[in-house]
Amino acid sequence: MTSTTPLDADRTESTATSETTGTTGTARRTVVVVGHGMVGHRFVEALRSRDREGTWRVVVLSEEADAAYDRVGLSSYVGGWDRSALALAGSSYPGDDHVELRLGTRAEVVDRVARTVTTTDGSTVGYDALVVATGSYPFVPPVPGHDSPGCFVYRTLDDLDGIRGAADAARARAAAEGREANGLVVGGGLLGLEAANALRLLGLTPHVVEFAPRLMPLQVDAGGGAVLERLMGGLGVQVHTGAGTASIARQADERLAVELTDGTSLLTDLVVFSAGVRPADAVGRAAGLECGERGGIVTDAACRTSDEAVFAIGEVAAVEGRCYGLVAPGYTMAEVVADRLLGGGATFPGADLSTKLKLLGVDVASFGDAMATTPGALEIVHTDAVRGTYAKVVVSDDARTLLGGILVGDASAYTTLKAYVGREVPGDPGALVSPAGAELGTDGLPDDAVVCSCNNVTKGSICSAIADGAGDLAALKGCTNAGTTCGGCLPTVKKLLVDSGVELSTALCEHFVQSRAQLFEIVRATGIRTFSGLLARYGTGAGCEVCKPTVASILASTGSDHVLDGEQAALQDSNDHFLANIQRNGTYSVVPRMPGGEVTADQLIVIGEVARDFDLYVKVTGGQRIDLFGARVEQLPAIWQRLVDVGMESGQAYGKSLRTVKSCVGSTWCRFGVQDSVGMAVDLEHRYRGLRSPHKIKFGVSGCARECAEARGKDVGVIATDKGWNLYVCGNGGQTPKHAVLLASDLDDETLVRYIDRFLAFYVRTADRLQRTAPWLESLEGGLEHLRAVVCDDALGIADDLEAVMARHVEGYRDEWKAVLDDPVKLQRFVSFVNAPDEPNPTVAFDDAGPRKVPVLLGLPIVGRR
Amino acid sequence: MTTITDTTPATEITETTDAAGRDPHITTTGRRSVVVRPGILPPAGPKVWVDACHVDRLVPGRGVAVLLPGARQAALFLQPTGMIYALDNLDPFSGAAVLSRGLTGDHGGEPTVASPLLKQLFSLRTGRCLDDDAVAVATYSVRVVDGVVRVGLTA
Repeated sequence: MTSTTPLDADRTESTATSETTGTTGTARRTVVVVGHGMVGHRFVEALRSRDREGTWRVVVLSEEADAAYDRVGLSSYVGGWDRSALALAGSSYPGDDHVELRLGTRAEVVDRVARTVTTTDGSTVGYDALVVATGSYPFVPPVPGHDSPGCFVYRTLDDLDGIRGAADAARARAAAEGREANGLVVGGGLLGLEAANALRLLGLTPHVVEFAPRLMPLQVDAGGGAVLERLMGGLGVQVHTGAGTASIARQADERLAVELTDGTSLLTDLVVFSAGVRPADAVGRAAGLECGERGGIVTDAACRTSDEAVFAIGEVAAVEGRCYGLVAPGYTMAEVVADRLLGGGATFPGADLSTKLKLLGVDVASFGDAMATTPGALEIVHTDAVRGTYAKVVVSDDARTLLGGILVGDASAYTTLKAYVGREVPGDPGALVSPAGAELGTDGLPDDAVVCSCNNVTKGSICSAIADGAGDLAALKGCTNAGTTCGGCLPTVKKLLVDSGVELSTALCEHFVQSRAQLFEIVRATGIRTFSGLLARYGTGAGCEVCKPTVASILASTGSDHVLDGEQAALQDSNDHFLANIQRNGTYSVVPRMPGGEVTADQLIVIGEVARDFDLYVKVTGGQRIDLFGARVEQLPAIWQRLVDVGMESGQAYGKSLRTVKSCVGSTWCRFGVQDSVGMAVDLEHRYRGLRSPHKIKFGVSGCARECAEARGKDVGVIATDKGWNLYVCGNGGQTPKHAVLLASDLDDETLVRYIDRFLAFYVRTADRLQRTAPWLESLEGGLEHLRAVVCDDALGIADDLEAVMARHVEGYRDEWKAVLDDPVKLQRFVSFVNAPDEPNPTVAFDDAGPRKVPVLLGLPIVGRR
Repeated sequence: MTTITDTTPATEITETTDAAGRDPHITTTGRRSVVVRPGILPPAGPKVWVDACHVDRLVPGRGVAVLLPGARQAALFLQPTGMIYALDNLDPFSGAAVLSRGLTGDHGGEPTVASPLLKQLFSLRTGRCLDDDAVAVATYSVRVVDGVVRVGLTA
């Protein structure tokens, strides 16, 4: 065996660990996985989670340079163009030394006798078991000109990057010629319609050519196809059904002349082939594995090929002669093989080919025996041309058992209907498709009905997880995996939660049954401006540490009073009450505001002098500010006075409010910068400082695509482009990191600020208490599309209102710390003891002996045990 | 720090009324009635009374810290109900003297303050921690004389 790297010199340890044997006493064996798509990754996960004794070492060969990503969600790459957003969790197996992932390494030759795989880089890996998970390749019809420049397929992230480049060039060309750019998609199946939408998002008018007499011929029937075609037309997609592509010829002006079989000629800027896929079985074929007549590596029900050491899973596998083009059956195959490698006897049970998807915002679903092929099956159809919906259910000849169905335009009933497939329908089956008809509840569902088909989770497993204490959607997702793949079943899962008597309480606390958002609306509508007034009319009891700060925040968001005015002073959380951050020994830290991280030499000197004169410990924070620790409560006003005297203010490093706007260096100094990110950051911090919100808010502004301000980890991230600013929202760092998503691109300064105004005001108005922007977006009905509609298209007609809220905030902003200095009553609070105002608290002590000043805790004995 | 030694037994803290039918512990200042009624009696016996501040200085719903003899300190709270409570100011979970800065409220009808550091709840009546039965802080007697709030320590 030749080897070029020490890793595969033989089948021994590739790591320094000494776990050569499991408890079974077998030496560690190697499984080589060819292909790192969704199914290959699922196999590795399944094997590693079951193989507790580490009997298998896994080597993954991935042709693509990216680790496994969500190919089902490929189209979501369009717009954000962020590969990391599609990455599958854990797909680089960090910290797992049993798995070796080789990216950009294609398997060339399988030697089944020597049990080795030779890769494109010339190295050879030995295997005890081989798992082929190479998926499919796009089928390109061999018409003349199919390989012209400007012709693409729609399968990988790289394909989409290519389409993007061509579309950008086409738009520029078309603009110069004063015409519209367009693109042609060959194939009107599910992927073809996704490709058409991608072209639409790229600013091209899409045409779709489908050989069958209707769109999505595999999933919908003639009636559904007709409704679908109308809906697509309404969205600006030009549909040509019943026609194939005869020839493609590239012209001198770089456009493509396409002839269709029905005689139509089209001039297009680019062509995307999406005419189906073929199993990528070349590596198996070359190795002499038995393949199916129409492609695919033939396996038995255990996913084992004609060679007992070789398995095939996913779209490349022809399990008992049949290929499956969906991810869910592939996942099942991955689980089967993982089980088999560990001595289990799992078999592939066949698969449900039901699908539900949203194309260009249009629901399409088909499930069970959608085409009514069962002998004697009856079809009940309801078409509503006005609403643009088509619903059909297929029932058994006695009209009692549901066999399948098709839904176009409104697929909200999909999960419930699908769960009833093969079961008796309660009541009149016709009512299932009539809009005024019965809604199938979840009650009637038997326990073994599959609710989440992506992960094969039954109603029973969900209900028992709820019984075991999974009290909310997040907990249920965590322990059952339901709803973690496509999310289509979430409404049903939610319903099961509610049905089970789990009170998904949105009550703020024991004093208010309302949620934060409801209280916000109550305050807006009634004009109540006091906590006591709100409590008297809408709550009970005396309030608590949960509802008081929440109401304080709502009052701050709906008015411009100082946070310590009147009754509001009693509501503020401790830090807001003293306008500083409390630290573990009861002293405070002061963080002077430095918008964008900018500070003058004089200001820096004053900060240093303050630190020296008050003997404070100094540390630079992660938010481009300087933190001064160890101030006693009675020293705070004197410290603020020093800052105010040189035109600075303290800042909110506490409370649920805007923290900082982080920036890079920007075009003023940086050789790469394309916009003045510092100037923008300073303006944004000045605009939104003091804004109270459901949780803390952080911003970042980067002056170019290098993103040095790490703006995509922020609630509001602004990234410069050569045309303006891209606005990203709902990124969070901290405990549950999440990248921000693109809301709008290439904005001028004014539009950017307007969109941020609307976004923040909408978040402040609707989010739950302590709900950061990322989970808020997840919980938002309609998600990012809805947010974009509200912020960019004013779909709710509230944009003026939202902007007015922010205008009032900007207008009403005062230096809160200076306001305390100017008010003797407010100043009274900043004393150590009410009966000995200047007496330092005897419990506060510091130790300066070590490398840094540290607070000394008294560690007083407490009453009782700890 | 003004202290007054007083030998009245602690039984003054009850809901009795005097001969005229008035509750001796309700003081009507210019603005509000104040009821001084700790729920759990501090140890009986003679007290040293420390003047804290005028009752008008207190903000309903918030606390102030009071320095006591012997380097002790109390957290004094006026509730919107007009009740005044005093607990030891030291948060037993952190060793920091911060309870006076906590947010007050009620939990199941029990008046509470939450430590501003880690939010453990303490009953204002009894000093008991609601999150940990084994932990409690001391309570102090409170009285209002001529509008001045006094905190009483067992001498």
